[in-house]
Order: sequence, then structure tokens, then C-alpha cells
Amino acid sequence: MAINRRDFLKFSAGTGLVLATDAKVSAAREKKELSPDAVGILYDATLCIGCMSCMVNCKKANAEPGGALYHKETAGQIPYEYEGEEQKYDAPTSLSDKTLCLIKAYRGKSEKEEGEGEFSFIKQHCLHCVDPACVSACPVQALKKQPGTGIVTYDKNRCFGCRYCQVACPFGIPMYEWEKSSPSVVKCQLCNHRIAQGGYSACCEACPTGASLFGKVTDLQEEAKRRLNLKAGDTYAYPVNHIEHGKTTEQVVPEYVDHVYGLEEAGGTQYMFLAGVDFDKLGFNPKITNQVYPDLTWEYVSHVPQLIGTLLVAGTVTRLVTQRMEKKNKDNESGE
Amino acid sequence: MESNPNIKTWTPATMVMVVLIIVGISVGLYRMIYGLGATTNLNDAYPWGFWLGLDVLGGVAMAAGGFIIACAVYLFNWKKYRPIVRPAILTAFLGYLMAVLALFLDIGHPFRLWHPSIMWQYQSVMWVVAMHVIFYTTTLALEFSPMLFERLGWEKARRAVGKIMVGAVIFGVMLSTLHQSSLGAVFLISPSKMSPLWWDTKLPFHFLVSAVAMGLAMVSFETALSKKFLHHEVDKEIFTGLARGLLIVLGFYLLLKLYQLFTVASPAMAFDGSVEGNMYLLEMFLGVILPVAILAVKKYRNDLKVIFAVNIIVIIGVILNRMNVCLFSQESYGAWRGLGYSPSWKEFLVSLGVISIGVFLYKMSAKHLPLFSH
Repeated sequence: MAINRRDFLKFSAGTGLVLATDAKVSAAREKKELSPDAVGILYDATLCIGCMSCMVNCKKANAEPGGALYHKETAGQIPYEYEGEEQKYDAPTSLSDKTLCLIKAYRGKSEKEEGEGEFSFIKQHCLHCVDPACVSACPVQALKKQPGTGIVTYDKNRCFGCRYCQVACPFGIPMYEWEKSSPSVVKCQLCNHRIAQGGYSACCEACPTGASLFGKVTDLQEEAKRRLNLKAGDTYAYPVNHIEHGKTTEQVVPEYVDHVYGLEEAGGTQYMFLAGVDFDKLGFNPKITNQVYPDLTWEYVSHVPQLIGTLLVAGTVTRLVTQRMEKKNKDNESGE
Repeated sequence: MESNPNIKTWTPATMVMVVLIIVGISVGLYRMIYGLGATTNLNDAYPWGFWLGLDVLGGVAMAAGGFIIACAVYLFNWKKYRPIVRPAILTAFLGYLMAVLALFLDIGHPFRLWHPSIMWQYQSVMWVVAMHVIFYTTTLALEFSPMLFERLGWEKARRAVGKIMVGAVIFGVMLSTLHQSSLGAVFLISPSKMSPLWWDTKLPFHFLVSAVAMGLAMVSFETALSKKFLHHEVDKEIFTGLARGLLIVLGFYLLLKLYQLFTVASPAMAFDGSVEGNMYLLEMFLGVILPVAILAVKKYRNDLKVIFAVNIIVIIGVILNRMNVCLFSQESYGAWRGLGYSPSWKEFLVSLGVISIGVFLYKMSAKHLPLFSH
């Protein structure tokens, strides 16, 4: 046999040294910047009237081929939450494998004025992080951030179902088809299939008040900051549907909470929020920080090549030293 | 070489195991046909449950004994432990097989288990974990193969493996060290969901050190069992040596955990009466503080019966730790989302079946393979 023990040791030590010294392998992770062509949604809770048109249109649009709810086996059917008679009344209470987009209502007591409570709607779906935890977590690149649009898409043919994306996503967005024997992850893909055909997100298309506004993220960020600078009580021409389409509606400016949610959270997201009520009350996990989540695991993963190298060298050296010591002991014994 | 006549194949315990295996396989088949929802109580707030916590995380930690003893014998040349190197490697091999089996059932598409090997995503800890599982299971098969070759009388094959054994051990130690820590690193990405009683940037290191403790306890535990039931005579020194090692590792782990408690979390969190706090206290008192306190007394450290009992609570303690990290640390997050999780009876039966397969194969190996003749 060509390979003997010594060769093997040389090999392991050699590989180890190469890996241990190759600092380039563990170079700092590239900071993901927002693409200039990135698209997203600005949701202004103060404009939302809770009509749920967005939910209805979302379900319809995504049940079509290419949509996030489309399945060959159930082509042509809209995936309702309830079966049978109840199908007519489709009001999910949380995101699920059948619901990508959800309007929820918050009702609370105001501290300022007695009797009159705070009230707000909130729309939940994937936030399309600038640097998404789920994409960094997925071991098979089933979840990808599209170059250009920055949409986080999902490829069910790559996914093997480890569900690490569900663990990783700080917003708790990816849902799993638990009831299927051949399940997929389900999440909003910002109507990537419609954008590919020149359209835009179904929820924004259906929104009558401009609460869900589609556009380039940079434009939306400007729009959001502009709104925060408006004086409450003035009127403002709010863009509707798509920020580039020029359609507007005149509304009285409400009292905003001085924060654009999604500008900094989790390192920034392409879906942003404005509201008149504290965001903690609107169903956002208060433990979410501005941390770029993938950095947390990269801090470990980036060191793996060096660790491999160091451990191989350490193992080989230990073996060589203990062998030499044994030989010395034996020589001493036979010398006596 | 002949089969060991001292070991009877059909004992009541074996028959119970065979029944559990058959039941486990049946439920496993049910899961393959009807899916995870019909079999488990997993949900979108608890995507990982009992199988992941016990069979995968626990099973892999249990297998740590393999690389520790191989490292002690082949790299540090501590000859004292040579008699237990084969059982330790076998345990590791079976531990990994069990983990792979559980993973196979746990992932949504079992027959795509191989996907990570061609669809690379090197930024993902999960990919790193998957690669380690593949390489380390292969390495363990190689380290295990001499027992099979000896039994079959394949001298040439045995000698060929013998030549690369040391290299395999060096690779195995590297792979295993990284795999244990990578499993901890998996959870680094969810500080917004886990209780700070467990989440820490040093989680990979915590996992590694506790796995070493678990490995030592496991090797000592099963050596004692083989001594009693499989009539395998071993020196008392092996047990006391392992107990000393356990004391050192567990003592160090206690310091790590205390440091984490005072810097990242706070003692108040542990004593606030919440589910997380109580589980943390249970894990720490049973699996860490109590064993350290007992082993610190020299008289107990040299008492085989005490060592045996300590090993058991350490094993339970580390398994509890893995369950806590995987499940209970997310209790308040789950409650906030309005979802809870407790395993279904089907999940229990599959886990029991998987464990029974491991124990059954160990026993059969002890009977038919040269496990102790060294």
C-alpha cells in the first residue's frame, strides 16, 4: 500500500498548517448593503382601515403558478384557512402555511385621555431583511436574497426541511406545512413572480388607502422620513399603491410615533412601518435588536477553517511527542 | 474468533428492546406516510422538538466518549484506557447512527438528507454541522471497522485500516470537537427567542465542554454495565481515572456557567420561578453542582457505586441541558406567540425505538465482535 502511517501524519499536519495559516479564509464577512434597485413596502398603520383587501389579493395572487402559495397538486384552488362551509369566512388569526400576509388589530388603553383607547392595525409578513438571518442559516441555499430587488425567495426543490430558518428568523416569519408529507416552507416572497412580469406586490395593488405602498426602498425610506416631519393636523397627499405611479389621496396627518420600524431593526429591512402606537404593542418581538443576525453565527463559522487546522496540527504534534517519549523510555529501560 | 458465549441473545431485556424497535419503526413509517404534523406536536414557534433535543443533540453529546478515549489512547498514549477504546468508539459510532436516523425522520424531506453535500452554503452553521456529521460518521465507521474485519478474519483489510488508524483518530478528534461546538453555534442566531440563561456568544464552547463531561460519564457508565451484564472485567483504575477527569471537566464547566450567569443573565432570572428558571436550576443542580460536590470528596471519587450514580445524573443533566437549549429556553417566546409544545406519544415511541436500536446493536456487537479482547 502506498500510504503509510508517516505519510498520513505528514498529510494531516500539512493540511492543518495550510488551513491554520490561511487567514484569508476567515476574512471579515462582507457587509451586505441595500441594493439601489431594492424594492419593498412602506406600511403606514395610521392609513390602514383594516379592510383586508391586501390579504384577499395576496392569497389570490400567490395561489397562481409561481406564487408562494402555489402547489401543483392544488393548482387553481385558493388555500383557505377553514375547510367546508366556513370557507366563506376566511379570517386567520396568525400567519400560517396558507396565509402570507395578515392584518391584525391592536386595542389598548390610552394613558393620556381616559376612556378613549389607542387603536391601530398592523400588517404582518416577511420583512425582507437587508441581511437576512434565514438566508445565512439555510444550509442548502433554498432561501436566497435576489440580487437587485433584494427579495428573499424560497426554492422548495432545494429545501430538505431542517427548519433552521424558522429558528433563525427573529420575526418568526417562515411557516411550515406541517400537515403535508412533502412539506415546504411558506413565506411572503414580495410577489417575486409578479415583479418578474412587470407587476408589483398584490397587497399594495389592492390597498385602497395607500397604507401599503410599494416602491424602491430608498424612495420609501425618504417618504417615511418625510411623513415623520409633517405637522399633525395638516393635510398631505399620500401616494397610493405604487410610489412611482403618481396616484395620491389627501389625508389629515396624524400623530406619528417618531420611529420608522425596519430602518435599523435586524440590520435594516425592506419592509418598513409607520404607526401612531408604540411598535412594541403592535406584535413586534421586543427582544429584536439592530443586530445583523447573520454576524452572530459568522463569528463562529469564520473561525472553523483555522480551528480545523489548529486541531490537526495539535493532534499530530501530540502523537509525535508521546511516541518519542515512549521510545526514549524504552531505550532507557533496555540500557539499564 | 467466536461469539461470546457469556452473552445470551434472548433475554427479557432484549425482547423488550425488540418490541420497542418494532413499534418505533412502525411509528417511523407512519411519519413517512402522513408527515410531521400527524406524528409530532411541532409547530411554527417550536420547529425543533423532542427528536432534535434528545436523539440528535443528546445522542451526539453521548457519543463524545469516542473521541475522548481515542484521543487519550492514540494521541496522549495513556495505555491504561486501551481496554475501553473499542467500546467507546462503538458507542460513538452507534450514537451518530442514532442521530442520523432521528434526523432522517425529523427533516421534512428525509430522502433529501444528502442535499447539503452538493448544495454548499458555507456561511450556514447548519451546513457546517451537516458536513461534520457526514465526515465524522465516516471516520467512526473506519475506526470501528477493525472489529468487524477481525471477526471476519480479513487480515489484509484490518492491517490496512491499522496503518491509517492514527490519522483517522486525529481527524476524528478534530471533526468531533468542531461538531460538538457547532451544534451549540447553531443557536447563536436566536438571541431574540432564547432565555439569556442559555444564550451566550460562548455557547459553542459550553456545548463542547459539557459534551466532554457527558462523554466521560457515558464511557464510565457503559463500562460498568458491561462489567456487570456482559462480564467484561476492567481495572478499577479506569473508573477512578474517568471520575477524576469528570470532576475536572465538570468543575470547569461549572465556572463557565457561573460566569455566564453573572455576566449575560442574572441569578435573579434563575430564581424567578418561571419555567426557564426552574429548568435551569434543575439542570445545574442535578447535572453539574451535585456531581461536582460528590466527586470533590476523595472517598466518593474512589467508590465505584458512587461513581456509577454520579455518571447517571451527569448524563441526565447534559441531556436536560440540550433539551433546555432546544426547547425550554424559548418558553417565554413561545408563550408570547401563543404557542406551546410538549412531545406527542408518537414522538416518544420513535425516540424509544431509536434508543433501543442503539442499545440492541451495542449488545449484539458485544456478543459477536471482538469488543473487549485487546
